[in-house]
Amino acid sequence: MKKLKYALFTGCTAKQSTPEQMMSTLAVAKKLNIELIELTEASCCGASHLQDYDDFLSLVLNARNIAYAEKHELTMVTICNTCQLNTAMTKHRLDNNAELKAKVNEKLAEVGLEYKGTSNVIHFLYAIIDDIGLDKIKEMVVTPLSQFNIAPFYGCHNIRPSELQNESHKSKENPYNPTSLDDLIIACGGMNVDYTEKNKCCGFHVELQAPKTASILTGNAIAGAMDGNADMMVTPCPLCHLKLDTQTKHASEAIGREVELPILHMQQMLGLALGCPADELGLKHHLSKVNFV
Amino acid sequence: MSTHNINTQKVNFKVFRFNADVDYLPYYEDYTMEVTSEEVVLDILNRIKWDLDGSFSYRRSCRHGICGACAIKLNGRATLACKENMNDMIKLFGNDITLEPLSIKRAVKDMIIDKADFWQKHDAVKPYLISDIDEYPEHEHLVSPKQAEELDDADLCIQCGACHYACPVVEINDEFFGPAAFAKAYRFEADVRDEAGTERLTEMHKEAQGVWDCVKCFECAEACPKDINPIGKITKLHLMLFDKGLATSTVASRHAVGFKNSIAKHGMLDEGTLVLYSEGPSIIKHIPVALQMFRKGKIVLPWNMPKSDNLDEIQKLVKSSSTAKF
Repeated sequence: MKKLKYALFTGCTAKQSTPEQMMSTLAVAKKLNIELIELTEASCCGASHLQDYDDFLSLVLNARNIAYAEKHELTMVTICNTCQLNTAMTKHRLDNNAELKAKVNEKLAEVGLEYKGTSNVIHFLYAIIDDIGLDKIKEMVVTPLSQFNIAPFYGCHNIRPSELQNESHKSKENPYNPTSLDDLIIACGGMNVDYTEKNKCCGFHVELQAPKTASILTGNAIAGAMDGNADMMVTPCPLCHLKLDTQTKHASEAIGREVELPILHMQQMLGLALGCPADELGLKHHLSKVNFV
Repeated sequence: MSTHNINTQKVNFKVFRFNADVDYLPYYEDYTMEVTSEEVVLDILNRIKWDLDGSFSYRRSCRHGICGACAIKLNGRATLACKENMNDMIKLFGNDITLEPLSIKRAVKDMIIDKADFWQKHDAVKPYLISDIDEYPEHEHLVSPKQAEELDDADLCIQCGACHYACPVVEINDEFFGPAAFAKAYRFEADVRDEAGTERLTEMHKEAQGVWDCVKCFECAEACPKDINPIGKITKLHLMLFDKGLATSTVASRHAVGFKNSIAKHGMLDEGTLVLYSEGPSIIKHIPVALQMFRKGKIVLPWNMPKSDNLDEIQKLVKSSSTAKF
């Protein structure tokens, strides 16, 4: 298999609150023969909050991040749904508005950079599905997860707004009936759990200002997976992961029911199936019990 | 279209039935029908009523995507029944289709819901021009095409309720205005003739009801049959609040501003400092979870905060490209 090469935009949580996500990304990339060039110059994407305060600044900063991927002449892969949304949204707006692009480039020129629009921006989940393929991934599985019912949790910012999301990848996803993560679970040998909340919101973005709303949404999501008889949940988004893994106490209180499940990053699930050692996947960094390995 | 292009397929419909006057609980009725590629979802509702069960109830009027009466949920997807072709729905969901009202907990009879909360919120945002209009004007009040573009299609709303009942916050927070009301508020805030000043906009800043409780899930953008993109309008209301100096210091507004502060200092987000800056003394409530996270290696201490390479570039850009004040 030809070696794939991407520019990796890690996002901020991979370096702080979800170290296991960074570790498992690297472990899986090694197994899949993918070379990742980390964009160490990148800044925070603004997480859709800076966008509420200073739209132009967020465009400039995200364009700068993409400009570094362009310098490497590589596709940018993201490992966080919200990074994906904000970066792809910036790209979409600049590629479709020459005037705005020129304004942003005027700023970038101050630091000797230029946004051209030559690099695609794609979430790691879709990059491996598009460029390696589920059949090939299935062939590479050495430890099928056949004894597990796995509930996919897609995360809003990978599937909505669908028009934007489907610009970045070939495998088209419908936000009302998403399949990519289900298909990856099946490729890993697991049984995918169907439940109402799989394409719903985890509440992460209002955790500080509306904790009750956030906790109910988190609680409903885990409860839905539990009622679907899931042994674990899996998500491509570290922000969803933080909610589902670390906020179970608040979530349980909010919905009046004890909820907890092992929550895996998509890379961790894939890593287990590809035979990565557990310590390379960072399973000790979870708050909720991960007692199946 | 010539008739030989019409194809037909069998579809199993599971249809929500409920009559608040007589039923304790809702139930689902199964109908299997031959559906042609020409039919829209509303044709199915009509056929159920006209051919299969005259008691079946739903709202409809214009059949042209303009009255907003016939919005329902099809396999959980907010759907304006007269707009969506059945073929597209079958392509999306297969041949087992569930038809439900927009909001089950508001069901009155079958597809008909009580939209009272929708209209209350609509009214609460003062959905009209606030302006001292001269009854005997001496000249026209022209709005230029460029100024009209500022409305960003918010005036196209048909008040069908698809986005409102797709919003997860509306479902759990009774005070929240919801995406349709926000889009409506924006429609007048963006109108150059409106003279509401701070009257309408301050309502958008209030805790629980206002824009800050939006979870950013984009369900509304997906649900809108007129492509109005309500969340885009919510973002614009956020920006207006800062622009007009109405975003007083709250957990939510500090949370947005905190990102800029952090980026200016580290390039990356400093998660701990962001929470501290946003919450102030209330940070105490996060300590139990923070301690658990620390023990699991999920918290980086301030002196170990990673910084982006070429931080000077980021700092220069933050200085030169900032457009907002707090």
